[in-house]
Amino acid sequence: MHFGLRSLPLVAAALTLLPVAGQAQSTLETVRERGRLICGSSRGAVGFGAPDSNGYWRGLDVETCRAVAVAVLGDRDAVEFVPLTGQQRIPALQTGEIDILPRTLTWTLQRDGNGLNFTTPNYYEYTGFMMPRALGIERVEDMAGASVCVQTGSTTEVVVTDVSTEHDLGLNVVVFDNTAATRQAFFSGRCDALITDAAGLASIRATEAPNPDDYVIFPATRHMDALTPAVRHGDDQWLDIVTWSIQALIAAEQFGITQDNIDSFAETTDPRIRRFLGLDPGNGQALGLGEDFAYQIIRAMGNYGEMFERNLGMDSPLRLERGSNRLYSDGGLMFPLAFQ
Amino acid sequence: MLRTLWYSTRVRNWLFQIALLGGLAALVAWIVGNTLTNLAARGIRTGFEFLSRPARFPISESVLAYDSADTYGWAFAVGIGNTVFVSALTILLASLLGFAVALARGMGNPLLSALAGAYVTLMRNMPLIVQLLFWYALATTAFPPARQALNPLPGVYLSQRGIHLPALAFEGTAVLVLIALAAGVAAALGRRRFLGRGGLLWPLGAALAAGLLLILLRGSAPELDMPLLVGLNFRGGLHLTPEFAALMIGLVLYTAAFISEIIRGGIEAIARGQWEAGRALGLTRRQILRHIIVPQALRIIIPPLTSQYLSTVKNTTLALAVGYPELGLVVGTVINQSGQAIESILIMLAVFLSISVSVSLFMNWYNARVALVVR
Repeated sequence: MHFGLRSLPLVAAALTLLPVAGQAQSTLETVRERGRLICGSSRGAVGFGAPDSNGYWRGLDVETCRAVAVAVLGDRDAVEFVPLTGQQRIPALQTGEIDILPRTLTWTLQRDGNGLNFTTPNYYEYTGFMMPRALGIERVEDMAGASVCVQTGSTTEVVVTDVSTEHDLGLNVVVFDNTAATRQAFFSGRCDALITDAAGLASIRATEAPNPDDYVIFPATRHMDALTPAVRHGDDQWLDIVTWSIQALIAAEQFGITQDNIDSFAETTDPRIRRFLGLDPGNGQALGLGEDFAYQIIRAMGNYGEMFERNLGMDSPLRLERGSNRLYSDGGLMFPLAFQ
Repeated sequence: MLRTLWYSTRVRNWLFQIALLGGLAALVAWIVGNTLTNLAARGIRTGFEFLSRPARFPISESVLAYDSADTYGWAFAVGIGNTVFVSALTILLASLLGFAVALARGMGNPLLSALAGAYVTLMRNMPLIVQLLFWYALATTAFPPARQALNPLPGVYLSQRGIHLPALAFEGTAVLVLIALAAGVAAALGRRRFLGRGGLLWPLGAALAAGLLLILLRGSAPELDMPLLVGLNFRGGLHLTPEFAALMIGLVLYTAAFISEIIRGGIEAIARGQWEAGRALGLTRRQILRHIIVPQALRIIIPPLTSQYLSTVKNTTLALAVGYPELGLVVGTVINQSGQAIESILIMLAVFLSISVSVSLFMNWYNARVALVVR
């Protein structure tokens, strides 16, 4: 099978040849009828989406998906995760193979204009380089002539050429299709540097480097990316449901509501919190969900801060700082919208 | 009247043909129409205008010059260039190696024959992708890092980054010398082909002499461009990357094993009496092979060899596993960057179809040429 590694886009392309089946049915109805949500996931990005040693999917993107499953189906385990490469993920969403694509996907104009609808960012991120500490390089300007391993299927391919042009570095780019080959090439020394999202680099360093301290990570650009779960064009209700499920995670943190203390808010008189938790009705109905969808999400998953610490922060092997992913009130970019 | 028409074999045959053709056209129209409707319903852009937009992504190495400011269309062309280059080189090298292995197997030297047999068994029974990954892992781990590169000859460096060689900078006169050489070779080959005699030596010698004379007259020799370690990497010179090396080694060894069996099969299919007759005429083994066996064996060899060449062209798409940017890898990247999957895959299908059909046509022509002419 010559196209084995990338048969999915082909299958996906083939699928669009078929008549529009069930287009009349909304994604919400389809998911409810099916009894489970289908999410695109990564093929092993610890911290964002990867199965643990028991085969249970964990990670920030995975839990974002579980939050939607709680809102729609009331069960955080009513989710099926489809591991996708960077290449496969967009066709898989466009053709209806998956319901949501939360997979460290950068919100870009080209993608937005080309069949995707972005919901709300669940991670803000810069693109970074990882290099062996022994090379003694810790900033982009010193990288002239370096070989850089890049995995295809992401925005980093464009970033690396932009950086190379901007600083006149003449980078030698080696492009791979396959995650394992990219990382193997970097750790064997074929490339001087590996480029991807900084958190992805931290994940690779924590899980695959022989000695994580031997590698440094530094920003490739000043420009921040918003990693944002996406849905396909054409179903506004579904876009709203996913957006507000993610918003619920952020809003809960702002309200100080956690998985443990949520039931202590049952008697609260704060009208905003009452609306948020569905004690005063209206929000759920507007989305076509149960009135207590936000309550259920937080009870099952905790708020955004808890999810972050569990998967990426100090409680995880990655030990990342919250940085730009703090709430706006703490100097970050996470901004809860009004639940009213 | 209608009844007689229905029972007319000719009319019925025509009707069936028309129905089949109509059905096929309707099916194609339905598929295309449906696809366009579905794409529009999903808000996916269609059409080929994207080909003239800048690609912005890098291609690690290419036969045709490429810069990330070039267009998607040119990126496709660069991918096609790489695919054609790798296919042609693999077919050439694998055919030579395959022929040598086939001869080694049938030579009657037990050690050589056993070695060749072991090689064929080993290569034919392992998936190509596994072999490619093996060679790539070897190429990137067996050699020292760039800064401690092996330096067996002046200007030649072996490292994890591949092989860096001095390059001849062909400019001005040097190009003329190359053209003179090529013309010399062509003249020699043509002379042999049409007059049926003549060596390759004197036209080559003449071309070389003419080239040297030109250099002396114009005073510009091709310059040596030596690779130099600057900072993190070598600059200048020729660079043979580990990706390309792993791909070529893997593809050539794998393909040659199949080709050698095809050739061996062809040679062994020639009746023993032909060899014996040759020996009775007092011909040497080499002469028998060249004038009696090979021309007859070719007729048997060419058709399966054609299939093998076609598989080889398609096998080059596995290069993406080891990071060599053939057309498949470029198409994948274009799909991801532009979102236009169907158009890109159509282009890829069309390109592979054209390459395969060209190979096939050429081989059929050659087959017709060597086929037994019956009068």
